[in-house]
Amino acid sequence: MPTHDLVPGDSTDASTGPGRIVLDFQDVNRALTRISHEILERNRSAEDLVLLGLPTRGVPLAKRIAAKILAVEGTAVPVGELDVTMYRDDLRSHPMRSPHKTVVPAGGIDGKTVVLVDDVLYSGRTIRAALDALADLGRPAVVRLAVLVDRGHRELPIRADHVGKNLPSARTERVGVRLAETDGTDEVRIAEGRGA
Amino acid sequence: MKKHLLSIDDLTVDDVHALFETAAEMHDVQRRDVKKLPALRGKTVINLFFEDSTRTRSSFEIAGKWLSADVINLSAKGSSTSKGESLRDTVLTVTAMGIDGLVMRHSASGAAHQVAGWLDIPVINAGDGTHEHPTQALLDAYTLTRRLGSLEGRHIAIVGDLTHSRVFRSGVKCLTKLGAEVTVVAPPTLMPSGITAWSKDAGFATSYDVDAVLPTADAVMMLRVQKERMSGGYFPTAREYTVGYGLTRSRLALLKEGAPILHPGPMNRGLEIAPEAADAASSAVLDQVSAGVAIRMSVLYHLLAGPSAAAATTGE
Repeated sequence: MPTHDLVPGDSTDASTGPGRIVLDFQDVNRALTRISHEILERNRSAEDLVLLGLPTRGVPLAKRIAAKILAVEGTAVPVGELDVTMYRDDLRSHPMRSPHKTVVPAGGIDGKTVVLVDDVLYSGRTIRAALDALADLGRPAVVRLAVLVDRGHRELPIRADHVGKNLPSARTERVGVRLAETDGTDEVRIAEGRGA
Repeated sequence: MKKHLLSIDDLTVDDVHALFETAAEMHDVQRRDVKKLPALRGKTVINLFFEDSTRTRSSFEIAGKWLSADVINLSAKGSSTSKGESLRDTVLTVTAMGIDGLVMRHSASGAAHQVAGWLDIPVINAGDGTHEHPTQALLDAYTLTRRLGSLEGRHIAIVGDLTHSRVFRSGVKCLTKLGAEVTVVAPPTLMPSGITAWSKDAGFATSYDVDAVLPTADAVMMLRVQKERMSGGYFPTAREYTVGYGLTRSRLALLKEGAPILHPGPMNRGLEIAPEAADAASSAVLDQVSAGVAIRMSVLYHLLAGPSAAAATTGE
């Protein structure tokens, strides 16, 4: 049965090949530190904050941001997972994908400031799907978006509130994010490849 | 995964695991306030039931609706078949209305296979005669997996009216596929003919002695005595069947502690299963019902959410 971790459009291909490293281990760490501080500043505190990672690589990123907030603020921010597979608008034009887990933190999301966390922001269609998925789970007071890389080429009026790195890219290029938790190492590469 | 789900034989072990993984996510949806996913929005599924069924039909209906499909239920009573229309004409007429998937139950073994050969859309066998009931087998195995973890090397006893049971035929295939050791138990009159050769090929055991099998079982699946399918006397009296093969209160003590008790329903309480067993803490009967919706959501999703047959052939 074909199942696809790879999301066409919002690319997170870890097998891109050599390409060029645009963020190394330290850059990724610095970017996440900055995002964590930005989230705290924007929210004024860690109160009523919920981080929802978008599988696959958004989940470890959300956990890392939560750890950094804990270190700075001393508050454990609830972290969940939000799978958007069922909410994608390209379900019927692409091969079957098995859904990932959706985990809502015990306190729920009603009235909370929910920060969606993903690795790459590209067309914006994943985030659109995430907003739909979120609406079925509850009613947050505010929804924000944090991404490690924004590579442009939006197809919907969506922008991120917190960006690790803006990475202008051609549509023909592939942006590959690798994280220690899923791929054994932290890096972001850009390479020539099949366009999305 | 193949286009249709007609038999457990259509599924690889990987397919079964993928269906279970998706079902686990679907199971979580059942606990949400909004029990709705948009995956099959705009798709239409027909439940075409030529044979009475309440739980399977409603389970498929709920599954389809929670995936946002439009679900239409048609039963043979009051349909054109009661006016003499052939199965082929009925099915082709129904599908000509532009549906995307057909869930079918029929009293004739092999009916779903036959229908699948006529249609381009996915056909899901919801029980055909005494042949197969693949989604029931999947939900049973899924329920057991959730209770026991991996089924590899686990010993599952299936007890009861094997001759008339499609649940057993699909169940034994699914459980052995997942690595379980299966022993089927029935009185000689309800043991299907030719089962000895089949059990050797398929790798399961047979027994006439329920008291000998139960103490080694990690789970027991009781089958309904299908009185409506019995034309002759398969056992002298109901009492005698219960004494010989029912999961009675005294037999409960033979089971390993906490061993799940399954029954596909509807239960004949007091015949094949005592109320004490049906209502025991280890009874998984209601788990099976809720797992049924999750498994059917998973099956509908995997068969129907991808590109439609029409889109695939036109290269859309």
